[in-house]
Amino acid sequence: MSTAILPDTLRAGPDPMLPRLATVRRRRRDTSQVWTLDIEDSVVSNEPFVPGQFNMLGVFGVGEVPISLSGDPAVQDQLVHTIRAVGPVSKALVRLKPGEVLGLRGPFGTGWPVSDAVGRDVIVIAGGLGLAPLRPALYRLLAQRERYRSIQLLYGTRSPDDILFRRELLAWRRRHDIAVEITVDHAPADWTGHVGVVTTLVSRSSFDPAQAIAFVCGPEIMMRFAIAALGQAGLADEAIYLSMERNMQCAVGVCGHCQFGPSLVCRDGPVYRHDRVRSFLGVKEL
Amino acid sequence: MKIEGLERIISEHRFFAGLDDGYCRLVCGCAKNVRFEAGQYLFHEGQPASQFYLLRHGRVALEISAPGRGTMQFQTLREGEIVGVSWLIPPYRWTYDAKALEPVRAIAMDATCLQQKCEADHRFGYEMMRRFVPVLVERLHATQLQILDVYGNPA
Repeated sequence: MSTAILPDTLRAGPDPMLPRLATVRRRRRDTSQVWTLDIEDSVVSNEPFVPGQFNMLGVFGVGEVPISLSGDPAVQDQLVHTIRAVGPVSKALVRLKPGEVLGLRGPFGTGWPVSDAVGRDVIVIAGGLGLAPLRPALYRLLAQRERYRSIQLLYGTRSPDDILFRRELLAWRRRHDIAVEITVDHAPADWTGHVGVVTTLVSRSSFDPAQAIAFVCGPEIMMRFAIAALGQAGLADEAIYLSMERNMQCAVGVCGHCQFGPSLVCRDGPVYRHDRVRSFLGVKEL
Repeated sequence: MKIEGLERIISEHRFFAGLDDGYCRLVCGCAKNVRFEAGQYLFHEGQPASQFYLLRHGRVALEISAPGRGTMQFQTLREGEIVGVSWLIPPYRWTYDAKALEPVRAIAMDATCLQQKCEADHRFGYEMMRRFVPVLVERLHATQLQILDVYGNPA
């Protein structure tokens, strides 16, 4: 692709539409439909990615999809992506074996404002696969734990079998400096954990709304309910950040497929401050 | 002495926070302390909903059984929450089972007693409804999300 149609800011560097080669180093299954790939980029960046950003991952001859980075941003020689196999590209991605090659562009988009959380209570609300884009932010927060007040992870998913990063969540639960609450929408009778939608955990959480910041990621309907619960708990819209999902294709703000109101999710998002997108959430045409 | 103890417990319970002292005494007249062992059922589907419970300690699972699917938990409740809203609406029968997941201490409220007091004093009745409606709305919202199965496959 010619770089002529790219915005000036993107013309200076390498062509952002040209995939680099990357190699799968490890593949593991998280749930029946979700897999995590550890990938080695052929070009190791000196700059760590920002928690919340995404890459475009492609299987040659099949296609390309946006996938959030789900690993530790401090580990620069390995990119981690957690993928739900639902379409032709994502199914082809999770079939890749260690040593096989894929195409990679990125990282793209805005991230979680971890530096804005310094000195504040941090509430992280994740629904389903939404935990994956939040995990890098959690790594970053925990790496400098002393800089923040309380940290609370409220995670909801469909059933006990759908819990992502189970061992890591249990390890975090054993720590005394992060509160981890896990809930599932429904469970068999032998489940001893919590059952109920993730938004109900908000009213049971303890935080100072004047000093708190919230990061929310999950299905859009779940995020709307979570934001309502946070508002009811006294959190201002300016203190709530959410990650939007739309049909991102070029990832550089050119094609317009991911338009969301006046913004493009690939360029201006995926992480938005709530007050800046409030009027567009829930609009059916968007 | 027993009544004073219950009054303190009820006035400190999240559900009745800020309740007028006189109303608190009315509520106490319908209340008693109860305990359940882990695995014991508070009530079963189809039984008359003659009581509801203010949880003081421990967790309770709400369960429903469906042919071919076995028993499913659809909600767990814990300290500070209430178990049971079926006593509010005819036919006053439970529509699910409630099981103690661990040792549970609760206040059992006699529903008929409370209904009669609500009928006799509509201001008191309004105060009770003002506390129950948010619980009902929260559970309605939760049910909406569960029905939508938002974590299922994207369309």
